Amino acid sequence: MMRESATAQHSAAAARRIYAMLLRHLYILRGSLPRLLELSYWPTMQMIIWGFMSTFLATNSSWVARAGGVLLAAVLLWDVLFRGQLGVSLSFMEEMWSRNLGHLFVSPLRPAELVVSMMAMSFIRTLIGVGPAALLCILFYDYSIFSLGLPLIAFFVNLIMLGWALGLLVVALLLRFGLGAENLAWFIGFMMAPISAVYYPVSVLPGWLQKLAWVLPSTYVFEGMRAVLFEHRFRFDLLAGALAFNLVYLAAAFALFIAAFQSARRRGSLLQVGE
Amino acid sequence: MLHPAIDVNQLTKRFDSLLAVDHIGFQVAPGETVGLLGGNGAGKTTTIAMMLGLLKPSSGEVRVLGADMVRHRYKVLHRINFSSPYVDLPHRLTVRENLIVYAHLYGLSRPKARIRRLIEGLSLEELEKRRIGSLSAGQKTRVALAKALLNEPEVLLLDEPTASLDPDTADWVRSYLERYRMESGAAILLASHNMGEVERLCSMVLMMRGGRIVDRGTPAGLVQRYGRQTLEEVFLDIARQNDRFQSSKAAQ
Repeated sequence: MMRESATAQHSAAAARRIYAMLLRHLYILRGSLPRLLELSYWPTMQMIIWGFMSTFLATNSSWVARAGGVLLAAVLLWDVLFRGQLGVSLSFMEEMWSRNLGHLFVSPLRPAELVVSMMAMSFIRTLIGVGPAALLCILFYDYSIFSLGLPLIAFFVNLIMLGWALGLLVVALLLRFGLGAENLAWFIGFMMAPISAVYYPVSVLPGWLQKLAWVLPSTYVFEGMRAVLFEHRFRFDLLAGALAFNLVYLAAAFALFIAAFQSARRRGSLLQVGE
Repeated sequence: MLHPAIDVNQLTKRFDSLLAVDHIGFQVAPGETVGLLGGNGAGKTTTIAMMLGLLKPSSGEVRVLGADMVRHRYKVLHRINFSSPYVDLPHRLTVRENLIVYAHLYGLSRPKARIRRLIEGLSLEELEKRRIGSLSAGQKTRVALAKALLNEPEVLLLDEPTASLDPDTADWVRSYLERYRMESGAAILLASHNMGEVERLCSMVLMMRGGRIVDRGTPAGLVQRYGRQTLEEVFLDIARQNDRFQSSKAAQ
């Protein structure tokens, strides 16, 4: 009984610390309209460009014409991955830019709680970024990504999980190499785009590259998305593949983050990292 | 000293070939303020970082409030706090927002009341809605002190607590810290280059040079032992011993 009560108290304290970290980032967003607009600017821009492209291709390509919205759905879902990764990386970089890590790491906040708070913030940033673009897509092109139905949730969850894993990898590198690794945050997602088969089937890739593509959870998601749009069926095998790889990558990225944190404690860089 | 708030034994930190802290040991009792003095590169910040658990020692032990700070620091971190001009608070948050965030991180039971008391106590009323990034260095130092006192720490580690403050405000902050120590019984470890501050606040001084504690004693005792008038002169004597040592080594 006493042990249960202690565990409940510990969980409540941990939840409060995670809430504190969310509050810290939400204060910034609340106080800065440009930041809020910036979050949804790129997803909206991408959606507009690909929307016109889709409109054009629908009359010139039988592949696009067969499944209306295939490119728009890909654009919006790709942004879930990209924003998910950036959400984690940016939350950590905010602490580095403001030289706040020293204060955070001598507070009772544990590394795992910091990770959960960054993931939660990434989820919020992704919704703020992709949400308006998805709604404008209905308005501009009469295409709703929500027409994917329940599979959309599976796609979203898997892409944001991969985004978190990549984000944690960036954070681990930031802890190891300092802000010199900052640029990674901006291009690590794009590095995966060509082999994730976002806008074309994975069969388009050369054989050797297909093998590499099938170790990326994003490939399973986009193949699954096309199965829903073209064949009107949800491929559970693809969902299982994406989930399995995501769990492995997320666990590996978390382990890497903890290793980088412990290494920073040995090297004494936690007090020094910053602008 | 039965239960020291801070207990450091044979503490050593080596960065590759550099021996930053070399087998130091000291204790700080509850209600005591100890000064850590030394020139740049003496090992003060490294020592404080190890006491906070931010840096792992190469060997030796640091216990704060009975907890081993390498393995069990989360048991006591909510009872400790720290302030340093080398670590900032988020620039884009207001003073009040920063204090709210840290109040939640430290799990305060009545955060609003505590923040209100600190804001009034440290005369931060006019600053509370301003962003940290827009404050002067002296104002930031006062806010950092408010953050350091949020959880009413039993152990307070202060690195240059009055840096960038004008003499009047610095004197006022010293009085505030003295009052806090007397009322709370907190143990305070103070790293400072301000000898007047150390003489006023500290009952014991540890003189560091080249990663070692080369002397220790009460401020008055050190002044007497070195046959000097002030602690600053003692500090210079010790620092220049090092210079002479370096020069003779170079000559050899």
